[in-house]
Amino acid sequence: MLNSLKRNIPLITMMSLLGLFLTACNRRPGTEDRQVPGNGNSDTQASAARAATPNSNMGMSNMDMSKPAPRDRNNVPTSAAKDQIVIENFSFKPATVTVKPGTTVTWVNRDNEPHTVSDSDKRFKSGAMDTDEHFSYTFAATGTYNYFCAIHPRMTGQIIVR
Amino acid sequence: MSDKMNKDQESDGVGRRSFLKCMAWAGTGLVWAMNAGVLTSCTLRPGARRKGKFSFVQISDSHIGFSKEPNQDVTRTFQEAVSRINALEDQPAFLIHTGDITDLSKPEQFDTATQVLKGAKVSQVYYIPGEHDVFLDDGKIYLERYGRGTQGNGWQSFDYEGVHFIGLINVLNLKKGAGTGLGGSGFGQLGQEQLEWLEKDVKGLSTSTPIVVFAHIPLWTVFPEWGWGTEDSAQALSYLKRFGSITVLNGHIHQILQKVEGNVTFHTARSTAFPQPAPGAAPAPGPITDVPADKLRGVLGLTDVTYIANDSPLAVVDSTLA
Repeated sequence: MLNSLKRNIPLITMMSLLGLFLTACNRRPGTEDRQVPGNGNSDTQASAARAATPNSNMGMSNMDMSKPAPRDRNNVPTSAAKDQIVIENFSFKPATVTVKPGTTVTWVNRDNEPHTVSDSDKRFKSGAMDTDEHFSYTFAATGTYNYFCAIHPRMTGQIIVR
Repeated sequence: MSDKMNKDQESDGVGRRSFLKCMAWAGTGLVWAMNAGVLTSCTLRPGARRKGKFSFVQISDSHIGFSKEPNQDVTRTFQEAVSRINALEDQPAFLIHTGDITDLSKPEQFDTATQVLKGAKVSQVYYIPGEHDVFLDDGKIYLERYGRGTQGNGWQSFDYEGVHFIGLINVLNLKKGAGTGLGGSGFGQLGQEQLEWLEKDVKGLSTSTPIVVFAHIPLWTVFPEWGWGTEDSAQALSYLKRFGSITVLNGHIHQILQKVEGNVTFHTARSTAFPQPAPGAAPAPGPITDVPADKLRGVLGLTDVTYIANDSPLAVVDSTLA
């Protein structure tokens, strides 16, 4: 069983990459806004943005996302995303970021170890982000959002929305 | 690492220092044995193994699903660990997996781990989770698979040949924290409910009962800067203080560290997947990625524990997969 799995990995990888490529081609400018309608929680606008990694189709399947929108995969962030937080050497860099309401913040994991981005007040939670994977969240409401990595809780960060 | 261990030992007195001298690498493994905190024997022959009443094997941090440097095939090294166990002359009574069974708590990763362990001659395996097994769903999948016969959120105890074994869980509901104090510092935690259970669990036992505690994150403060410790472990150990022989087996840090404090012997096991740096030896506690392929198996391993007889030491033997 393991062997057949192993044999299939290159195939799965290619399929995933192809899927992401097609997704990227479908992207139109201006489709980045994502609202999560009808959950009665207007400041919870979450989306999972996936990077082009081999296991990206599986990686977030267990995500405890705040009701991901069906069009999430259209929201793969561009490398030009300016509100980006890099996870490196078990820390969020920068640890504190101040943004305007409505800003989408993207975290990217550059460690050789999985991490999560988990709000202390459970408004958002990324699920497992493996190496080079991304997670994005749009901050609609003003306030201070403290978050940490659920696997390595010493890793903490803060988003200030004002 | 050895510096830190020396410091720990020095405060404990001369006996422990000479004990430390014996605790050296000897080919594939090291053997040590303690009796009431005093060294009773020291065998350094590679592969040496004491004949005892029974033995069990600790495996840890298999991280099934991890596929990066330095080990792109952690399933294979896990299988090799099982083969090592199968090749032991005296088969262990059971296995204990001290957590981080999987890398990302995925059902298929748990499936693979189960599949590999089906290849072990020993059918009985006791598990406790690591944070990698529970972080996505607060341990739901883990408990569905391994929770049968356990208490509370998966902790457990059992008796074997007069030894009382206690499996504690210190990876649930981890709280954020960046402070340097113990509270909210990103340490492991046992929690009040489990502590109360533990206190009751050992209440009726005679002080001569040997105690073996296993948990994922070390139950002593190995390195606070990396969260390598358990916030409320002191309280747990206070319930065990009256026992003459306490052996604490942990994983999490992917390297062997040992410490003796009174009647308590602390020991952490190697991973079967990848090594991690000695405390403070790197900017972060992630995998050591630059291990040459031909050296990898020299830094992975398992731990064989032999119980000799009442009032005798437990002999802890670490061996690599090399």
